[in-house]
Amino acid sequence: MRKRLAGLLLVVVLLLVTVALSIAVGSRFIPLGDVLDALGGSGNPDDVLTVREMRIPRTVLGIVAGAALGLSGALMQSLTRNPLADPGIFGINLGAAAGVVLAITIFGVTAPSGYVWFAFLGSVLAMLVVYGASAGRAGTNPARLALAGIAVQFALAGVVQALQLADRGALDQMRFWVVGSLANRETATLWSLAPFFIGGILLSLVLARSLNALALGDDTARALGAGVATTRILVLIAVTVLCGAATAACGPLAFVGLMVPHVVRSFTGPDQRWVLPFSMLLAPVVLLGADVLGRVLARPAELQVGIVMDVIGGIVFIAIVRARRVVHL
Amino acid sequence: MTTSPAPVRSAFRVVPLRSFWVTLGMAVMLLVAAGFTLTTGDFAVPIGDVVTAIVGQAPPAAEFVVNTLRLPRLLVAILAGAGLGTAGAVMQSLSRNPLGSPDMIGFSMGAATGGVTAILLTASGTVGTSIGAAAGGFATALVILLLVGRHGLNGYRLVLVGVGISTVLMAVNGYMLTRAVLNDAQRAVAWQVGNLSGRNWEHVTLMVIAVAVLVPVILAFNRRMSMLELGDDTATALGVGVFATRLVPLLASIGLVAAAISMAGPIPFVALAGPHLARRLTRHPGPNVLPAAVMGALLTVASDFAAQHALPVQLPVGIVTSVIGGVYLVALLIVQRRSRRA
Repeated sequence: MRKRLAGLLLVVVLLLVTVALSIAVGSRFIPLGDVLDALGGSGNPDDVLTVREMRIPRTVLGIVAGAALGLSGALMQSLTRNPLADPGIFGINLGAAAGVVLAITIFGVTAPSGYVWFAFLGSVLAMLVVYGASAGRAGTNPARLALAGIAVQFALAGVVQALQLADRGALDQMRFWVVGSLANRETATLWSLAPFFIGGILLSLVLARSLNALALGDDTARALGAGVATTRILVLIAVTVLCGAATAACGPLAFVGLMVPHVVRSFTGPDQRWVLPFSMLLAPVVLLGADVLGRVLARPAELQVGIVMDVIGGIVFIAIVRARRVVHL
Repeated sequence: MTTSPAPVRSAFRVVPLRSFWVTLGMAVMLLVAAGFTLTTGDFAVPIGDVVTAIVGQAPPAAEFVVNTLRLPRLLVAILAGAGLGTAGAVMQSLSRNPLGSPDMIGFSMGAATGGVTAILLTASGTVGTSIGAAAGGFATALVILLLVGRHGLNGYRLVLVGVGISTVLMAVNGYMLTRAVLNDAQRAVAWQVGNLSGRNWEHVTLMVIAVAVLVPVILAFNRRMSMLELGDDTATALGVGVFATRLVPLLASIGLVAAAISMAGPIPFVALAGPHLARRLTRHPGPNVLPAAVMGALLTVASDFAAQHALPVQLPVGIVTSVIGGVYLVALLIVQRRSRRA
């Protein structure tokens, strides 16, 4: 208990620090004093614009999307009892991407708030296929999950690329969306997605207790009074809503949901009532951290956060695979 | 997806009868597919004219269409497909893992990154792209081998490390596309999916050289690889040099993959499904190099035919193999799960 509370304190402090960094640090250098002035609304109008109109919405988006991705990663790993489960590996990203490309090319949708529904639909379908193909009685085997994910990604990538090739406009729009970024996203999008984020987060937190029961095995869970099938379906809904909203807002961001719950479980243990909230708080730290890193590394240009996450995440993924035999949760 | 432990003696038979007939059957199908490819199109050429065009006496229009447009494309498809099939067979055999194919373990993505880098950064043509692809493929192979370690070649670690590497490389490719001018980006995307349109005799020549040099090397190791599948100890007892039997065919197959990708782009799944289907048909242990090569060529030619004629728009071949392959793999996983439950 004490360890968990100390952890909580640490995570909250980390979150505050990264939020501060995300507001203070950018590809354009603004001295700290000027940032503070700009926050208050005084000072150089350029700085005010940068800080209030760009960095703050970006940071808010990072917090919300990070929380959503961290939660959904934890939910997936718990549901599938598979330590490698992640929205990226589950094909959700490319499912959403395929939905968005279809929206752009076939239905002529141009506004991100219009993408959302297509992204949702695509990610639900992709997730169902991957989950269906990899699930067994005792949860999903890590390798089968990775394989099913890859298979679906190949198929969807083919579709996405075909549409991009057929339509230059779509390629132009998609190549920026598809790498995943927190920059230049419209505030309106965030508002239109807010209900999904809030609903998904509340639903996940409510599910923690049932997931704990489910971890004991289906029979025990039933004996404890948890609706096994209902819980699974609700978890899938929560995951889809959270990932779909995050993907619609930022583009596909892989590995946040993979790494964070791993770190969290190392000090909370397997109790979902702790894993879920901790993942929700720690994931924005990782995502915003990567975003800040991307702004600093490629100055004066920026590396999109999706790319930074993929590189860091790919390395962590390999480390997890190498560090021990991949076991079922 | 498992290779059945067949009786040891069959590994020593010179040409198993079933493998022979299967390979011959696939070769016939390949010939038929080639015939369709050469005759069909906006400008239909009767098969008689195709033959005379190749020999050299057809009407000029037919000769141009066949010799300049369709034949080089077909030959690159056959050679690249055969190269990918061979390489997949070797890698699956050596890793004792039916998924140990170059696309699953990231070699292909590495070659793609190399090729895209060459296209976007140096604005180079065929040769530059090839060099980039080859360099990218070899570098990625090296990194993966180092990460997996000596004992990790078989088992899922290889596949999982490959997944990790592929993701990193995919991000790099995506990033480069965002930094490019739209025209270059379009060219890179077109190459990146695996594309056979507009191949010329220069491509054919380079591919012939790669296949002619590397496939015999692999065939020379065919028997030793079969014995290696029985386990390192058994193979050593039978007098097989384990280290060389791993290294030489592996390097040769990385070379084949690099060549195929640089000439045709990373056509997904041929290297995975070719050997896999071939093994199912021959029911023969060992790498099944030749059947896998013919199957790879057949898959590529048939997919390219579908890519050109199945829809009103022409697609790159890689999109067809990518979609079919993805569906195939998912179906395989589902079937496998059913049979295990039963």
